[in-house]
Amino acid sequence: MQLRASPHLHSGRDVPTLMRHVVYALLPVCAFSIWQYGLSSLALIVTVTLSCLAAERISNKMSGTVNTLSDWSATITGVLLALTLPPAFPLWMGAVAGFAAVWLGKSLFGGLGHNPFNPALVGRAFVQAAFPTAITTWAPAFTPQRFVEFIPSSLTLPLMQPNDITTWVSANMVDGFTGATPLARWKFEHFVYPVQDMITGAASASTGETSALLLLVCGLYLIARKFMDWRIPVAVVGSALLLALAFRLFGGDEYPPAHLVLLSGGLMLGALFMATDMATSPVSPRAIWAYGAIIGTVTILIRYFGGLTEGVMYAILFGNALAPLLDKYLQPKVFGARKK
Amino acid sequence: MPFPRKLVLPLAQHIGKPSLPLVAVGEEVARGQLIARCDGPVSAPIHAPADGVIEAITPRPNTRGAWTDAIVLRVYEASTQEVRCSLPQDVDSMDQAQLITAIQQIGMVGLGGAAFPSHAKLNVPADKQVHTLIVNGCECEPYLTCDYKLMREWPVELLAGIRIALRASGATRAIIGVEDNKLDAMAAIRPHLPADGSITLQAVATKYPQGAEKMLIKSLLGLDVPNGGLPSQLGLVVHNVGTLALLGRLLPLGQGLIERVVTLAGPGIKKPGDYWIPFGTTLRSILDWAGDPECKEREVILGGPMMGQAASTLDIPVSKGTSGILVFDKRMLEPITKQSWACIHCSECVNACPMGLNPSQLGMLSAKLEFDEMAEHYHLGDCFECGCCSYVCPSHIPLVQQFRAAKAFLRERKPT
Repeated sequence: MQLRASPHLHSGRDVPTLMRHVVYALLPVCAFSIWQYGLSSLALIVTVTLSCLAAERISNKMSGTVNTLSDWSATITGVLLALTLPPAFPLWMGAVAGFAAVWLGKSLFGGLGHNPFNPALVGRAFVQAAFPTAITTWAPAFTPQRFVEFIPSSLTLPLMQPNDITTWVSANMVDGFTGATPLARWKFEHFVYPVQDMITGAASASTGETSALLLLVCGLYLIARKFMDWRIPVAVVGSALLLALAFRLFGGDEYPPAHLVLLSGGLMLGALFMATDMATSPVSPRAIWAYGAIIGTVTILIRYFGGLTEGVMYAILFGNALAPLLDKYLQPKVFGARKK
Repeated sequence: MPFPRKLVLPLAQHIGKPSLPLVAVGEEVARGQLIARCDGPVSAPIHAPADGVIEAITPRPNTRGAWTDAIVLRVYEASTQEVRCSLPQDVDSMDQAQLITAIQQIGMVGLGGAAFPSHAKLNVPADKQVHTLIVNGCECEPYLTCDYKLMREWPVELLAGIRIALRASGATRAIIGVEDNKLDAMAAIRPHLPADGSITLQAVATKYPQGAEKMLIKSLLGLDVPNGGLPSQLGLVVHNVGTLALLGRLLPLGQGLIERVVTLAGPGIKKPGDYWIPFGTTLRSILDWAGDPECKEREVILGGPMMGQAASTLDIPVSKGTSGILVFDKRMLEPITKQSWACIHCSECVNACPMGLNPSQLGMLSAKLEFDEMAEHYHLGDCFECGCCSYVCPSHIPLVQQFRAAKAFLRERKPT
């Protein structure tokens, strides 16, 4: 006879299943970026993911805990981190980012569930501070030789500065390539990128953030399968959109049009795949809405008034930091709560 | 199902003080005879479920698995379904106090699972008033169908029971809440409803835990029972359909409560269904007759799958509060693996909790043994252990179990 405590039934869901489906949802995004940037993108995704897995395994060994590779969380961190890096990012720097993400972002705090910040963003923040030039060097998409040769900077020797890619770019004669992202071109030239370029991935950007449409479809898959909380992306994108519209309406042409805000940079990737990271987002309904709205708002504030062209990463890290406080002060409404 | 050879009748089958035995070892009793009387206002008497002889009055495992005093009855082989002791009475002429006494005398308790003596619930204190009787026709838990069976087959008795309960409690109207997937139960009841609208039937969504008192009141009337409070604060009293149907049947006949409908279900049961089972029938005799002998590695659950207890021994008898017996086999035991993960803050439990609690935070606090913080700032006392949070938790954290432990700790510490 078996003895167990009630409930004797379980939904059958477990952590690895949740995590695995997030990886599935990111695969089309990876495939699209490989199609855009070729070998460099493939190598970057593989390198960063493997370095995250290696970091996780090493910290398992060092702390004497069970092997946690099977929960798939390190894989998500790796893939997501790779997608936020520029396609021409030197591979060795990608590996550094992977180790920083898992060690500084997760293992240090006790592993999955205990980390206050999204590990992938911790990794990105680390390399943004360490390699400021490499992380803002953008490569053109759809070069003819992309499936047979690397972008030269990818294969930079470890601990070396990246090879200059300007000669390679001009040799490939990509028309109209400026090496600046839509957000940067707005900030410095007030140039409005064509919408179709930002949807089809022709705009220069990080490996995985070029197609807002594809990201949306992949996110919808997770939402439909109930692997993702729909309230977070709605709150992030909604608040960013409202603010952008308000600024455009009252501030005039000084501020970018709303579609540029929505489709550019990491907003879609961040709102759908980063802000929704379960471990670092709140759990109470009101806290979830507040968290999303704070991320959307801070993104806009950084983009419009900060020195950086892009603000999603810091906005989400800021939201992560606030999540426990939001949960504490915006607790769920208790059934039958007495009015004080 | 045939009578077992022996019936084990714990003296504490209900909430409140255990009954006091009225019979001696070796005494012959008839089916329906009073064998233990109630001790105080919150208590219930026990009647013999079969003809036989008292073999012993000795500690035996009760429904919760603990050894408590029980009357062991050896059943005569010739025992029949006939109830030999009855005292037909004119219910219509009784006043409120007489009704309450009569309800106590037949040993009626809440059959939904809590087994709280019915007369005590209907006996509204003088300073309070109850205007509405809520009739709970929602099955307490998945798998259980015993209430559904009674609604379909005993609508006349159910209505009679509702009228008695209305008079005993002083309420003026009754609302029967039935889950909206039980259309035939509603069709069976509807023709018997009175024309004056004092008793109405209302469909509610089919979901767990709809059968929980507070949830049903919310669904029917849109009212929240204040936390820490009882439905009577809103002028409501809630009774289960099974209780009222048996009340409507037994009270006019003056017969004691000696058997109930029990749902037998699960893959380890060969003959699943709803059976009238006399109290005192042990799990062993039920499973010998209805169980699957092939099912070796099994878990026997008393009650439903969400809140029911696993039986530690087959010597446990069916008592007044046993609504179902489920037998789960190896295949159903496997999905809950031994592995668990840290809480990943997925918020599934927060979305699932019917009481609006934060089980995730409560779980983390209980892991740190911060029981006071759980009770003071995270409303631990409002948790009624429905099991929804544990059911959905992808990290397989035994949340409900942790909350039970926390509550037990706080309870035991209280006197000091």
